[in-house]
Amino acid sequence: MVANATDETHSEVESDHNGIIRKFHHLLHQTPALVPLIVLSLSIMVFGLLLGSKFFSPFALTLILQQVQIVGIVGAAQTLVILTAGIDLSVGAIMVFSSVIMGQFTFRYGLPPSVAVACGLLCGSLIGCINGWLVAKMKLPPFIVTLGMWQIALAANFLYSANETIRSQDIAAEAPLLQLFGTKFNIGGAVFTVGVIFMVCLVLFLAYVLKHTAWGRHVYAVGDDREAAGLSGVNVNFTLVSVYTIAGLICAFAGWALIGRIGSVSPTSGQLANIESITAVVIGGISLFGGRGSILGMFFGALIVGVFSLGLRLMGADAQWTYLLIGTLIIVAVALDQWIRKVAS
Amino acid sequence: MEPILEARGLVKRFGRVTALDNCDFELYPGEILGVIGDNGAGKSTLIKSLSGAEIPDEGEVFLEGEAVNFSSPIDARKAGIETVYQTLAMSPALAIADNMFMGREIRKKGLIGQLFRKLDHSGMQKIAHEKLTDLGIMTIQNINQAVETLSGGQRQGVAVARAAAFGSKVIIMDEPTAALGVKESRRVLDLILDVKSRGIPIILISHNMPHVFEVSDRIHVHRLGRRLCVIKPDDFSMSDAVAFMTGAKKPPSEFVGTA
Amino acid sequence: MKKLLTTAAISVSLMAGASSVSAMDISACLITKTDTNPFFVKMREGATAKAKEMGITLKSYAGKIDGDHETQVAAIETCIADGAKGILITASDTASIVSTVAQARDAGLLVIALDTPLDPIDAADSTFATDNFVAGELIGQWAAASLGADAANAKIGLLNINVSQPTVGVLRNQGFLQGFGIDLGDPNKWGDEDDSRIVGNDVSNGNEEGGRTGMENLLAIDPMINVVYTINEPAAAGAYEALKAIGRENDVLIVSVDGGCPGVQNIKDGVIGATSQQYPLLMASLGVEAIAAWAADGSKPANTPGKNFYDTGVALITDQPASGVDSIDTDEGMSLCWG
Repeated sequence: MVANATDETHSEVESDHNGIIRKFHHLLHQTPALVPLIVLSLSIMVFGLLLGSKFFSPFALTLILQQVQIVGIVGAAQTLVILTAGIDLSVGAIMVFSSVIMGQFTFRYGLPPSVAVACGLLCGSLIGCINGWLVAKMKLPPFIVTLGMWQIALAANFLYSANETIRSQDIAAEAPLLQLFGTKFNIGGAVFTVGVIFMVCLVLFLAYVLKHTAWGRHVYAVGDDREAAGLSGVNVNFTLVSVYTIAGLICAFAGWALIGRIGSVSPTSGQLANIESITAVVIGGISLFGGRGSILGMFFGALIVGVFSLGLRLMGADAQWTYLLIGTLIIVAVALDQWIRKVAS
Repeated sequence: MEPILEARGLVKRFGRVTALDNCDFELYPGEILGVIGDNGAGKSTLIKSLSGAEIPDEGEVFLEGEAVNFSSPIDARKAGIETVYQTLAMSPALAIADNMFMGREIRKKGLIGQLFRKLDHSGMQKIAHEKLTDLGIMTIQNINQAVETLSGGQRQGVAVARAAAFGSKVIIMDEPTAALGVKESRRVLDLILDVKSRGIPIILISHNMPHVFEVSDRIHVHRLGRRLCVIKPDDFSMSDAVAFMTGAKKPPSEFVGTA
Repeated sequence: MKKLLTTAAISVSLMAGASSVSAMDISACLITKTDTNPFFVKMREGATAKAKEMGITLKSYAGKIDGDHETQVAAIETCIADGAKGILITASDTASIVSTVAQARDAGLLVIALDTPLDPIDAADSTFATDNFVAGELIGQWAAASLGADAANAKIGLLNINVSQPTVGVLRNQGFLQGFGIDLGDPNKWGDEDDSRIVGNDVSNGNEEGGRTGMENLLAIDPMINVVYTINEPAAAGAYEALKAIGRENDVLIVSVDGGCPGVQNIKDGVIGATSQQYPLLMASLGVEAIAAWAADGSKPANTPGKNFYDTGVALITDQPASGVDSIDTDEGMSLCWG
């Protein structure tokens, strides 16, 4: 809607059709989160019109937030890595492994929950740090490093947990801290959880860091052109290691939030978190080639997936339609990214 | 007059190939020194040894009379030797100001800068604008536009402005006109002279003889890993210089060694 | 259902007696979908213990993830090359594996499908499995009986595995509906019933995360759902969290299938109302014995009368027994549970 309005004002000024496209191109170049925001607003409107109050209620709309919170948090970690022209396939495995550590350290060794949570967060950061070290110092491709780490963390998760689920009731009775992120409160029919608030705050905080701190600018510079960034004085290795470490830490937080969301500690959950987070990032208009895009876009991307899933289910459509539409969105988003990066000479 | 940047007896070997063979070099304050040489003569190894990108096996480098040992281009830059790379080393998707201050950003004053580490975007933009205007390359409408939206000459201008902006003592320029058209090359040459007029000495590496002859005060001719001679553009023709470079002609003995 | 269990137990001892002549050099293979799911872990435990007892060499193989067909094909080929006498398999891809299974049978191996029937079912020499339709039927009957007269205007939500509708999921779902007294459409697929009591079908991937999201989706369609069928107990636990989030955990009946230990514990705690317990350990140990018998005298196991597979039994577990539906309590369930 926003874009349409701008287009119209421009068309009055210049009748040249190419001029409009160039302005639009420029606008997208400046604000890459604009397209996902438009798609999100449109899809909420369309589903709102089709489904009425069933969808357009505080309850349903905040339900979407709850359903995307894990993808949103993991997506924040994925965004950081993809901005450096990397990719992190191990996010889901780190998340689950961290949550298992938080649970098992409490129940198997009898540690205080706060210590167990700290250990889980530390473990996530450590795995991320190893990823970062391998990418930065050993100069191994991120795809390969995290493909390996995905398997390693997942296997470690299954070996260590013996695929044992820790039940929600036991956690609630003995270590409610683990379910902290599931704490909910109602505001006039809208339901918020600590996990949702955390996701929103995390995204806003990272948006600030990426835009307004030197470290944030360095993340973009490294992703844009690693060599150029190094020559212009950016400590490339430090930037990469810190990005992967922070990504690991965020995934560990996602693991904590996951316990809040599903109540129990389950080693089999989160298997698709890497694909889902990459989907959110791509639909959010962040370039897989690095250096372009905004974390707000990822947030909108995750919400788009959530809106489509719930909206289509409420309409009674087969779940496959959701995947079909999401698949289409992914391809459109990447095509758009190619177009944005192509600069008129 | 003392040289501002000096090298004595530099040796650099890559396996069995000797890229620098006991090479000397001097750059004097306020001058433009052209460096020419055939491909493979070792001139880029010489430049890299001066800018910290290569560490010479033997020999010494002096900056303002003091021995220096650079282990990276960042080291050299901190000491005041700025390099404008042929690739320009800029992040195309980032804005001009972001690029100019990359790696040496300015934070806001007070608590916001200290605690929240917030960058002073408007301050940096203002300085970037001033620097570009100073050098007469402010044909750019918007300091926030991404570098990739600039023309080749404008990008070169931003890279030069970045090199000249931070109190640098020496600027090394690697093939600044190689990728540019006639008009844009003209502007960049004017820019080089402009920087020189501010008292910053420049080392200009180029294959383009007319450009080298036009702006250089002295020309360092590199051959077979060492300095063959240093000539003044007024004393010799371009074809002489090319003949020295390729070994077709021997330079008069008084120009061999120091000049 | 106790009866069925006892029958199974008797046949265990009978078969064990018949095959006690087994030689030392018999080897057998166990191929499971994964080696992380507790169901298959228990299955492997049962097979390993029985094989050790009978002096049979057992080699275990597993796919990397559920649906990992290639690893299972490679495992069968390895077993043929290894000279094994028989293969116990829970197939990930029940139709595609058939040609490889045929190779093994041609090479003289006894192939027994455990838990999951092949497609067609007679592609294996025999199938040792839970009657998933009966498992569903039991929880359906229990739910209807527990509601009494209210069953006529129940609001039912169904949480299945995934949209590809694997046989196990369809059988449990359709069994549940039949048991509850709902007319089935095509019994080979779920989701085509038009009874107004059904609020909707959703998917759970059989885990807590999917169970919660699926339940939330169903609640968004109708927040007054009061009966929830779930494909397994982790999905049930997830559904419970979603109900708890809107404060309705105490007025909804959740039923499930599997009988894993955390699931039975959840029944004890009132999270799940009732579950149908199945017996993977029994499937595996019976399978090992069948291979021993085949190696000894070439005899093949017979099917349960009236069924085209060998039924290893299923029992309804609940602490709130309903009249007309046989069940065992959670204490007994705990002593029989797996995982």
